[in-house]
Amino acid sequence: MSKQPVAVVGVGQTRHVAARQDVSIAGLVREAAVRALEDAELGWSDIDAVVIGKAPDFFEGVMMPELYLAEALGAVGKPMLRVHTAGSVGGSTALVASNLVAAGVHGTVLTVAFEKQSESNAMWGLSLPIPFQQPLTAGAGGFFAPHVRAYMRRTGAPDTVGSLVAFKDRRNALKNPYAHLHEHDLTLEKVQSSPMLWDPIRYSETCPSSDGACALVLTGERGAARAPRPPAWVHGGAMRSEPTIFAGKDYVSPQAGRDCAADVYRQAGVTDPRGQIDAVEMYVPFSWYEPMWLENLGFADEGEGWKLVEAGVTEMDGDLPVNPSGGVLSSNPIGASGMIRFAEAALQVRGLAGEHQIHGARRALGHAYGGGAQFFSMWLVGSERPDH
Amino acid sequence: MSGTDHLDAPTGLRDVAVVAFAQSSHTRRTDQLSEVELLMPVLHDVLKQTGLTANRIGFTCSGSSDYLAGRAFSFTMALDGVGAWPPISESHVEMDGAWALYEAWVKLQTGEADTALVYSYGKSSPGSVRDVLTRQLDPYTLAPLWPDSVALAALQARALIDAGHTDERRLAETAVRSRRAATANPHAQLRGSADVEELLRQPYEVEPLRRHDCPPISDGAAAVILAAGDSARALHVNPAWIRGIDHRIEAHQPGVRDLTESPSTRLAATAAGAFDAPFDAAELHAPFTAQEIVLRRALDLGDGVPVNPSGGPLAANPVMAAGLIRIGEAAALIHRGEARRVLAHATSGPCLQQNLVAVLEGAAGTEGGAR
Repeated sequence: MSKQPVAVVGVGQTRHVAARQDVSIAGLVREAAVRALEDAELGWSDIDAVVIGKAPDFFEGVMMPELYLAEALGAVGKPMLRVHTAGSVGGSTALVASNLVAAGVHGTVLTVAFEKQSESNAMWGLSLPIPFQQPLTAGAGGFFAPHVRAYMRRTGAPDTVGSLVAFKDRRNALKNPYAHLHEHDLTLEKVQSSPMLWDPIRYSETCPSSDGACALVLTGERGAARAPRPPAWVHGGAMRSEPTIFAGKDYVSPQAGRDCAADVYRQAGVTDPRGQIDAVEMYVPFSWYEPMWLENLGFADEGEGWKLVEAGVTEMDGDLPVNPSGGVLSSNPIGASGMIRFAEAALQVRGLAGEHQIHGARRALGHAYGGGAQFFSMWLVGSERPDH
Repeated sequence: MSGTDHLDAPTGLRDVAVVAFAQSSHTRRTDQLSEVELLMPVLHDVLKQTGLTANRIGFTCSGSSDYLAGRAFSFTMALDGVGAWPPISESHVEMDGAWALYEAWVKLQTGEADTALVYSYGKSSPGSVRDVLTRQLDPYTLAPLWPDSVALAALQARALIDAGHTDERRLAETAVRSRRAATANPHAQLRGSADVEELLRQPYEVEPLRRHDCPPISDGAAAVILAAGDSARALHVNPAWIRGIDHRIEAHQPGVRDLTESPSTRLAATAAGAFDAPFDAAELHAPFTAQEIVLRRALDLGDGVPVNPSGGPLAANPVMAAGLIRIGEAAALIHRGEARRVLAHATSGPCLQQNLVAVLEGAAGTEGGAR
């Protein structure tokens, strides 16, 4: 059984902000969807199915909101699927949509992911109440801080590495008109002296809470041939999950992340990720996750990730640019954050990333993770049609 | 990664079958069980039927709702129960398990996996499910009015009666038939029924619906194993082949829909090839008696086709699992040799807003046959 090639021919996103009080939830998702259709120069009638994803329904207080969004997304009379795989959901949603095309079930699919976090308080939404969890952690930062500390202890990385990542991503975001945070006056010193939230994670090393949506139009070979702008071809995509808590779990470098990357590289024929991949859009909600994922994804040897950060390798002009868009540290509508990574990777290989374009990017990795560092979704996109 | 099964020339789709089905004994409340504890025996059952273990399954997909669970990311607890170690290829839909099965079917179609585990579960007992389901509605114009699921179903029943498509007696007959059929189903919650005259003497719940027209409130779980081609033949002597599967959604606002019709069911059934040949039976996800009438009309199912021999959702309605159970019950009829071609249907949303149709077929030379 051979899969059909899948191409990204439309990308759309909203300008991510703290609160979009001017639009309803339907207005928000439709804005991203319309931009993706415009990019592809397609209309609603060209879409065969809609796949939508978001993180927990409690964030907006709407149960299964896809039911109410059917009309806004032009899905009436069509198949509509709703994916929820925690923080990785934006990536997973794109992969479910991609599989519909790869399997030959549909010709052209619209996929959308969103979060309108201003409808609630995401930090407390992420802090599970008794009886589900003891009240030991406040928000995702409280959960992940000990794992960052474990990484620092394991590798001997200096305390400043996290601030370098945060400063880089926030500077990159200045080149991305869709990014939520545009901190023109930020300095490295300001990052390093910002309040400590969850030791060792400081305020400026933490993702914001955003309202935003992202949409992609995926199609096959014929659709790609008709597309007005260069497509991004899907060279590989995979999801992996592991349990939240178990004896022997490596929170610093989860096996599911390693396995997921290995599967994607195998599909894409990548044997040397550092050498063969030109740009990475990595899910880094807390700055220290950049060096951690560099190791988990095979871009650096174990214990060496922080050295790439220190050496400037992941800067916009480094030889492995990570998060040229500014990443999750600069925009975080949680349910959409994974799809934004996938979309930004596609924009890079299409040569359409604007001011944050990495010159000559031919292969880019989009990465997302969620839950207790247990759900992973990734895709590798390229400017050339895959030859297998 | 692909198996040795043949490619089906006209459509390019692989032959995929249901090879195992398990469900809980659905009950009104399971205060002593978490969702995971409710699910675990069902997972063990379905895996044991095939001799597979979680890490030998190619793809896993589940369906559940955080709003029923009362906490965010509730599905992660279930995944811990599955035992996703070493890490597995896995996904989750915030939908009835029938749509998780659809996602798994698509995954098998890509050739990236040959087997899939699908499960779903829901506990309606911890809260008031009638109130909880109002949170599904348009948050700006409908949800603030808190119209509950029974009230919306009553609007649909009223429209159907006013259009002359049914009457209260026929609705009561549907309830009696379903719950008496359930006496043969050890997993059903309501088994047996008083006669029609007795039911029609009862007061209205929400006019024109009486208590018997409404589904029971249920806690329950279900699981299915899918397999492609030769893998399916190796796992079951009589696989229930999915000859077609499709799902469609309608507009959300009940006011812009004709509630006596189900065009999304009709579209899905057409795409799934439901009208190509007659059915021996149908399992319809119609939680309210009047909705069975709507679906029978959309699916051209005459009185000659047995509907819901399991008792259907009127006998047990674990929200998020009841649709997957329809597919499982349809497959079980084929597994047991009691039917050769069965239609399975699942629904989601108020007044049958979203519908899925699957056509399942058994042995007797049907492989590569009608589709």
